[in-house]
Amino acid sequence: MLGRLSWDSIPWSEPIPLITAAVVGMVIGAVLLLVLVKGWMPYLWRDWITSTDHKRIGILYCGLALVMLVRGFADAIMMRAQLALASGGAQGYLPPDHYNQIFSAHGTIMIFFVAMPFVVGLMNFVVPLQLGARDVAFPVLNAVSFWLTAAGVLLINASLVIGEFARTGWLAYPPLSETQFSPGVGVDYYLWSLQISGVGTLLSGINLVTTILKLRAPGMSYSRMPVFCWTALASNLLIVAAFPVLTATFTMLLLDRYCGFHFFTTDGGGNAMMYINLIWIWGHPEVYILILPAFGVFSEVIATFSGKPLFGYRSMVAATMAICVLSFMVWLHHFFTMGANADVNGFFGVMTMIIAVPTGVKVFNWLFTMYGGTVRFTVPMLWSIGFIVTFVLGGATGVLLAIPPVDFVLHNSLFLIAHFHNTAIGGVLFGLMAGYTYWFPKAFGFRLHEGLGKAVFWCWLIGFYLAFMPLYALGLMGATRRMQHYDDASWQPLMFAAFLGAMMILVGIVLTAVQLYVSIRQRAQRRDLTGDPWGGRTLEWSTPSPPPAWNFAVPPQVSGLDAYWRMKKRSREEVSMTSMTEARPFHMPKPNDTGFFLAFFAVVTGFSLIWHIWWLVGCGVIACVSVGLRQAWRTETEVEIGPDVVAAFQAGREVSA
Amino acid sequence: MSGGLNPTVGKTPLSERGPAPVRTVVGFGFWLFLLSDIVMFAVFFAAYAVLSSSTAGGPSGRELFDHDRVLLETCCLLLSSFTCGLMLIGSKRESRRLFYLGALATLALGLGFVMIEGIEFSEMIADGAAPTRSAFLSAFFTLVGAHGLHVTVGLAWLMLMATQVEAMGFTSMVQRRLLCFSLFWHALDIVWIGVFTIVYLGAG
Repeated sequence: MLGRLSWDSIPWSEPIPLITAAVVGMVIGAVLLLVLVKGWMPYLWRDWITSTDHKRIGILYCGLALVMLVRGFADAIMMRAQLALASGGAQGYLPPDHYNQIFSAHGTIMIFFVAMPFVVGLMNFVVPLQLGARDVAFPVLNAVSFWLTAAGVLLINASLVIGEFARTGWLAYPPLSETQFSPGVGVDYYLWSLQISGVGTLLSGINLVTTILKLRAPGMSYSRMPVFCWTALASNLLIVAAFPVLTATFTMLLLDRYCGFHFFTTDGGGNAMMYINLIWIWGHPEVYILILPAFGVFSEVIATFSGKPLFGYRSMVAATMAICVLSFMVWLHHFFTMGANADVNGFFGVMTMIIAVPTGVKVFNWLFTMYGGTVRFTVPMLWSIGFIVTFVLGGATGVLLAIPPVDFVLHNSLFLIAHFHNTAIGGVLFGLMAGYTYWFPKAFGFRLHEGLGKAVFWCWLIGFYLAFMPLYALGLMGATRRMQHYDDASWQPLMFAAFLGAMMILVGIVLTAVQLYVSIRQRAQRRDLTGDPWGGRTLEWSTPSPPPAWNFAVPPQVSGLDAYWRMKKRSREEVSMTSMTEARPFHMPKPNDTGFFLAFFAVVTGFSLIWHIWWLVGCGVIACVSVGLRQAWRTETEVEIGPDVVAAFQAGREVSA
Repeated sequence: MSGGLNPTVGKTPLSERGPAPVRTVVGFGFWLFLLSDIVMFAVFFAAYAVLSSSTAGGPSGRELFDHDRVLLETCCLLLSSFTCGLMLIGSKRESRRLFYLGALATLALGLGFVMIEGIEFSEMIADGAAPTRSAFLSAFFTLVGAHGLHVTVGLAWLMLMATQVEAMGFTSMVQRRLLCFSLFWHALDIVWIGVFTIVYLGAG
């Protein structure tokens, strides 16, 4: 009746997941109770859960990512604490079995459920505003994408208390991930949560590419598009091209595990190296899916806070698109030690080094943008400068690892771990934090606390260096990754330093929460009444903060780069006058519950697949199809916005001002 | 999304004309989806190419495939693309007769294709050439089965569209969906030509 699921599936003997689950359960229960008691449920349902507004969905994505950052970081600090203790004969406090689940969960969560939703969320929020569009191309599909991502999050977190998570590392290499060596539910949790959220990501990629290519405001040719939109275009093109590879690869592994196929098994002619090739054909573009939008954020932030147009716009666009193409030609550098011949390794080594060229172009463009500008050292600018310094270091160690003979020495060592955290934290995370601070007033109508924001930045910057510089050294000394304890006591001081760095980052994360709390409390003083708190250059700053559901009552007419900067120079009054008078009626999508229900039944289906509850799988699939059919028969999906609604919004703003 | 047409459309470059009409946006988005779908098939093709000789002592493609039957399958599918085109012409002319005629023929031919494939698969499994036998057979069943699954989903979609034409008439929404369906159906032909060439003819 319940497949593999039984009372013993809950890890009664392990206090860490049990206590965590109890605390998380109580927090969720308390929030739900508060929502019900205060009567917020109808508001939440109408304005958030069923929302098709790209801004709301973008905020939901970012919120999901911030919550999951806490989960992923909890895994990180547990690992650092373990390695600070487990030296010489000591075994630390985490048994190997649990430790393996923690490093697998940390990598999976940080990439798929922190970095990805945060990047997708920022793009969702910003891109239509920058393009002068009223929404994305397919608003209902956008909600579906978000809720499928949330479904993946729910499944992966369920593994904490019901069953176990994979012990295979974040990419679940076979043959280890095959049934023969991983018979439990851990790998199934991994595969199904990523399959479900992966479909969401693919749909979101299609949506944003279509939006950028087909819904730009009149006059916005490609050479007038903000750089963030260009990087978003590159990133989403990569999603459309790379995520199907991930889906297909996981499908093959699932067939191996569920139906006894022989794609990657050790017997029957299976080829495990094929999985590793395929997964990195997705995996390396994935790196650029994450970093390119971060590059876009830095370009916007640095131009705004230097008071200058971006230096070398065209070279920036060319560099972005070059990286987009080259990212598909370097995957083999993840396994130089596979045993390919020297020519193959040499080719991929050289290609990897070539990618550093467009990246270098970007770094110089950012530096030259600041040069001669009036630089304002605001929080987003601090993240950007911290990024330039840190990322150059990460890039340099990357080029070092791209030399195959060096890689033979450093492969799977802590040097590699230090390298990719150097680019993932110093690049992606710094970019996301810069974007979060930069666009927060646009999303909510008030600014974040500046002093606390600076404190958060310094905690992360110092914490990062303290946590990962020792790892470079340890890697060169021979320490390997995924190591639960070590004999060489001389490593312990460096391991302890890394633990202190992680603690410093913990302070940064706590201060982020404090900053949010303080800023909300002081929102009356921090209110952004102009819609343009930073002296911005692109169209999102021409809308009120927060913007109305329709973003622009009249599609803006664009005549060049930095469209809003030009409008401001022409005269701001003129612009706002026209937007009042010329508003013609237009259509906006209605709220839609398809995404929520589809994701709900996807969770049911995924969960029952993991536990082999076949009758429930059937019910879940039928329910998903029914939700889809219900959507297919809907006809009244849009609502008309007339000039009266626009005028009412405008009047409401003037009263509150 | 409604594209306010600029009076100076003739002189404005295409990239500066503002938001595209809904039909263009939907068609373009669906094209992107098809491209992603074809990338997924490319992975299955690659896996098949890698594993096609890994028979693990089991039967090889040369022993298993019946070329006459595959030719029949191919005829069904390619002909169904033609009837799908007729169906689309019917929808453009808002002629229900031509539409239903085309839809019925497409449905019959598609069903024929799926049935022949089903017979092929069940015979192979009965002969001990199941996907669990070897890596080659795993890759074969996954690639050809994924295509067959797409055709099956396409048939269900076609039936849905036939009922929607009946219930709603040729509204612009229905027209857009029919456009997407025909793109989907033709894309499956392209994939099948790959399957036919690489899997069946490639086995010799």
